[in-house]
Amino acid sequence: MNFRFIVFLFVLLLFNPGLSDAQSYQNAKHHKCLKCHSQQTYSFLNTVKGKEDKRLMNPYFILDTVAMSHGVHQQFDCTDCHSSEYGTYPHNGNLKLEPMSTCLDCHGGDASFATYYFERIEEEFKKSVHYKVYGDNFSCSKCHSQHTYVATARKSDNVLEIVDYSNKMCLSCHNDMKKYQLVSGHENPKLVQIHSWLPNQELHFTNVRCIECHTEVLDSLKVSHNILPKTKALRKCLECHSADSRLKASLYKYENLQKRAAEGGIKMVLANESYVIGTHQSPILKLASIVIFLLVLAGIIIHSLFRIIKKK
Amino acid sequence: MDSAQKLYFYPVWLRIWHGLNAIGILTLIFTGISMQSSIESSQILAFNTIVKLHNLAGILVMLSYLVYFAGNLFTRNGQFYIVKPKGFLNKPMQQAYYYAWGMFHGMKAPFPLSEKRKFNPLQKYSYIMVMYMAVPIVIITGIALLFPEVIIDKVYTVSGVFVTAILHATMGFFISVFLIIHLYIASIGKSPLENFKSIITGWHQVH
Repeated sequence: MNFRFIVFLFVLLLFNPGLSDAQSYQNAKHHKCLKCHSQQTYSFLNTVKGKEDKRLMNPYFILDTVAMSHGVHQQFDCTDCHSSEYGTYPHNGNLKLEPMSTCLDCHGGDASFATYYFERIEEEFKKSVHYKVYGDNFSCSKCHSQHTYVATARKSDNVLEIVDYSNKMCLSCHNDMKKYQLVSGHENPKLVQIHSWLPNQELHFTNVRCIECHTEVLDSLKVSHNILPKTKALRKCLECHSADSRLKASLYKYENLQKRAAEGGIKMVLANESYVIGTHQSPILKLASIVIFLLVLAGIIIHSLFRIIKKK
Repeated sequence: MDSAQKLYFYPVWLRIWHGLNAIGILTLIFTGISMQSSIESSQILAFNTIVKLHNLAGILVMLSYLVYFAGNLFTRNGQFYIVKPKGFLNKPMQQAYYYAWGMFHGMKAPFPLSEKRKFNPLQKYSYIMVMYMAVPIVIITGIALLFPEVIIDKVYTVSGVFVTAILHATMGFFISVFLIIHLYIASIGKSPLENFKSIITGWHQVH
């Protein structure tokens, strides 16, 4: 598979004139697709009316060319995945019915992506509430935009950025009535409201990924894709802020390693802010420490009283 | 006994070490407690600042510990830490009895300090426990927490990072308790401030 993929890329490099187009994402106005699909409006020669027509672009079909030029698929051109028949306008209506490639079609069984565990991810995803509700229609791209996706969790050295990027994937639907309804068939719950039980909600939202509480955590996968139904979401503070756990241990380790890998050197060690509050708290030890502290204090007070009385 | 005899107890290197260590340890205790109580403490200093401060103070204490360790290895200061088997339990018991009862009943200090004896037995034992057990453990676990990849993943069923963190916090707590007692016992002297002056000037009054 790996070999085939390399050959595919090679052929693409050699013969596909589209590749030069791929490089022109930044220069969208000269790209045969993006000259329309990166704009709010598009113009075309209406052959029936025999004159130039200007129309609004469907907002869901407007592409962010800047994000595309940074995305994981930046080296591909539109027609590498979409039918080349899209080259004409009006587009042939039947084209919409053609099945698109899914992630696994290219990435499945590919040794060069072994560390991404695409097959394991699919396995886990099929247990998730997303799959149960929407079946195969719930494609990877519902969360991971094939056009603009960046593997932030692997590339970024900034934990807050990783959290932000990850949470935006969830929010793109869970905070969007139309997209949410498309999948669930009902209105999306108000996130701030349903998380009102969570202390320091804002802090949690900016520092913790949704998936930390809403997935079944597996140590073998970087990100679990088994999104749990809300009834199974984590609601106990102690699951994170306590004697727990492999999860926090691995998160802590991960944060720290990321930071140092990025900036390196002793400076980074000193400035390392990785810390999960309460991960080393144990109720028994806490009680013991309070008791010991009070006993010491009592001893000192009694002793100093005697010293004052006896003038020692 | 010559009531005005002065002994040069604390050489410069030792006083520098003691000062750095005091600043470091106090910062570590303050920031350590802040981190444990997390949210409330952010009203005093931002959480991130507190974590950075804790890391910095940790490095300071580690470096000053090296000074201390080398000092005790290469100067005669190390001899004050040697424990002899004779009276291993009896001696510190005597000292404890003196603190709890004797000193209020006209008893003389059982182990008066001299050029050969800088610490009374209880002091010696607790200093050994703190400086050769608690502080090294806290330093080693602290370094491990800065480089968590060196920590083994699992100790039986518990996460290695967790065990390390618990050990770190526990030892940190005992050092805090030691500090409180240390400061209090230091106030037992001819006058409450006498011993504090000694550790700054280096000279100890022997009465």
